[in-house]
Amino acid sequence: MFGYYLELALRSLRRNKVLTALMVLAIALGIGASMTTLTVLHVLSGDPVPGRSSTLYYPQVDPRDMSGYLPGKSQPMYQMSWIDGMNLLRAKRADRQALMTGGLVAVQPHNTMLDPFYEAARFTTAGFFPMFGVPFEYGHAWSAADDEAHARVVVISAALNDKLFGGKDSTGKTLRLSGASFRVVGVLGDWHPNPQFYDLLRKSFGENEGVYVPLSTSQDVGMNHDGSTDCWGNGGSGKNPSHTAPCAWLQFWVQLDTPSRAAAYKTFLVHYSEQQKALGRFQRPPNVRLRDVMQWLDYNRVVPDNVRLQTWLALGFLLVCLVNTVGLMLAKFMRRAPELGVRRALGASKRALFAQLLVESGLVGLAGGTGGLLLALLGLWLVRRQPAEYASLAHLDPAMLLVTFLLALGASLLAGLLPAWRACQIAPALQLKSN
Amino acid sequence: MDVLPILSTLHRHKLTAWLLILEIALTCAIVCNAVFLIGQQLQRMDLPSGIAEHELVQIQLGYVGNTPDAKAQTQTDLAALRQIPGVKQVALTRYLPFNLDGGSNTGIKLNPQQQQKTLDAAQYLGQNLLPTLGTRLVEGRNFRLSEYVDLDAAVAALNRGNLKGLPQVMIITRAIAERLWPGKNALGKTLYVGNGIPFRVIGVVAQLARHKRLQQGVEYSTVWPIRMTSADGASYVIRCAPKDRTAVLKAAVAKLKQLDPNRVVLKARAYDAVRRAFFANDRAMAGILVGVIAALLIVTALGIVGLASFWVSQRRRMIGVRRALGATRGDILRYFQTENFVLATIGIALGMVLAYAINLFLMLHYELPRLPAIYFPVGAIALWLIGQLAVLGPALRAAAVPPVVATRSV
Repeated sequence: MFGYYLELALRSLRRNKVLTALMVLAIALGIGASMTTLTVLHVLSGDPVPGRSSTLYYPQVDPRDMSGYLPGKSQPMYQMSWIDGMNLLRAKRADRQALMTGGLVAVQPHNTMLDPFYEAARFTTAGFFPMFGVPFEYGHAWSAADDEAHARVVVISAALNDKLFGGKDSTGKTLRLSGASFRVVGVLGDWHPNPQFYDLLRKSFGENEGVYVPLSTSQDVGMNHDGSTDCWGNGGSGKNPSHTAPCAWLQFWVQLDTPSRAAAYKTFLVHYSEQQKALGRFQRPPNVRLRDVMQWLDYNRVVPDNVRLQTWLALGFLLVCLVNTVGLMLAKFMRRAPELGVRRALGASKRALFAQLLVESGLVGLAGGTGGLLLALLGLWLVRRQPAEYASLAHLDPAMLLVTFLLALGASLLAGLLPAWRACQIAPALQLKSN
Repeated sequence: MDVLPILSTLHRHKLTAWLLILEIALTCAIVCNAVFLIGQQLQRMDLPSGIAEHELVQIQLGYVGNTPDAKAQTQTDLAALRQIPGVKQVALTRYLPFNLDGGSNTGIKLNPQQQQKTLDAAQYLGQNLLPTLGTRLVEGRNFRLSEYVDLDAAVAALNRGNLKGLPQVMIITRAIAERLWPGKNALGKTLYVGNGIPFRVIGVVAQLARHKRLQQGVEYSTVWPIRMTSADGASYVIRCAPKDRTAVLKAAVAKLKQLDPNRVVLKARAYDAVRRAFFANDRAMAGILVGVIAALLIVTALGIVGLASFWVSQRRRMIGVRRALGATRGDILRYFQTENFVLATIGIALGMVLAYAINLFLMLHYELPRLPAIYFPVGAIALWLIGQLAVLGPALRAAAVPPVVATRSV
């Protein structure tokens, strides 16, 4: 029966080529636009560390003075000061922890063919790599002992390893960074967390850093800090923030394997704040937050407003296209009233006619979906050419491919429901008479 | 043209008519809001910076290895840059208006005991800034050499709590002056930053936009007499005639590399590029919106064409009868055009209400102002025009129906 309906549908669609083309075009445009924006939204609101994001937390405390404090409303300090970061790191109350900040280092290649260049760096502690599940292509991370010893060791990204050492195993080699010699201990594997959840002030999307150096060593060498520095009171900072100034410029992340560990850690942060207040360092009442990765991304609104707005716009556009298709489909089905009347008179049930018409609208949906997919690929290509930092991430994945077709099919079946129902209400006798 | 027969015909095709009205309403609502958004983006991209945009180039250097005596090096660099033909002024500063690199901000208070800051202003640091940027002083004077403090000395003084080691004076924009002391002369007045550090206002500039975070007040900027070096991350900003920019940039980079080869050029660009990059997203968004509007209008127009063709073919007999009874081609043409006008008007009226609702929703979720009333007639006229154009083809075909059709049975 389905085969027969399909044949009828194809024949009917061929009969009014213009109307069919209009319907397919409307669905394709609507699907293309909404799939483009939905794919961008899907990519941008993804989980950067799947499987780990619910156990990684970003603790915040509030070391500021009372100036500007609104009880219950003020958020704690966005980043950590050196003193608080070090205190919490040394307390080791979490399953894993790492203190970090962004930097810029001058790389002086051995290879004289290459000019010295600046590379984005992350100054961090040993916990960074196991906590975030960073894969290594060669070598390994540095150890907590290296942090303590201010060891001159460096981990580099695969991209930087390609550039400097032609992609070969470079562990054990020497690399000159900001005028000091470092030993390469590890080369990262394929690791591109997006959004860059661990330091959203640097940038939210894009390539991660090329150079990873122990935080302690970076401070000895006087490597350039690159990131936001927020001072309170009469704090001020030059290019590299001072360790004692009332300024926050570090990010602190912890791993807490169970919800009860997380609750306990939050209590610890409150106790820590009370203790610091008793010591006179903090002045505000304890004001702490402990957000996991997805909560942190949500709080920071990492998905740009423009992208959300575009998604609404595209869905509105899809709605217009659907209404348009309903209208055209209605026109098409009603035009075939005589034919439908004959079929009804010959004994076809309403249900059979309804099924036949839905097959026809489903066929339009499939064609529209295919067109929409092509348009979405074109749309994503256009998005990739945009100047936004997330642009290069806009690619269609298999899940979104499936969604495209389901959306197209669902939309056109939905659009076909009303016209098909309306066409089935035709009284067969009336149609036969007028002919 | 009598509207009543049209309404009675439409009454017999309620479903199709309502679908068309709904489509026009949705299109009208979306187009109104999209045009409004484009207006917002264009307005943002047009914001004045208050600097001589087309006469500035920027060079930022990074040291490789040990930094030599940065202050002496900076003096040498500045002297050498001034020698380059075409160079009018040279300054050192960290951030420029409308840049993506970053920014430095400070809370400003009128009273040292105040708990909440009065406003949040951008900080411009560096030497010889105003003459180089071409920012116009409208009151007071520029900084004297004796009023400048080195950045490292200022930070050290701040961290020791020694207020004497800090600069004592500041230049502010007219926007800040009017916000702090409305209707009064700001010169000689004192404002406070941080925990009650006083600064005396010695000058007011007409306009100087902030680096970024524009939602805090585009025109809230302050200029501080603080000397920087290129080791502090500051860039050299050079002013020259617009046509000399490429040559000056090239000569300046070559000169600086020659003076100390131990550094990397991080940025070398004309200010125009800085501004373009800052507003690139707005430009792209405006482009997308234009595309969406065009696509929407096309789809709606095609929908009208499709439905009108359907109606025309459905009513061939009726048209033939009317023609046979003496209706002219013009009558038939006007009939379909009026019908479309009636549908479009109902759709537009609904669309206005919907547009207003969408605007309210957007205002709740995004930083957008209320939709000005001017956008309603714009949307209405656009849709009336589109409707009339789209229906013209089918209506002409209807007008071409010969009266003899009335006598045929099919």
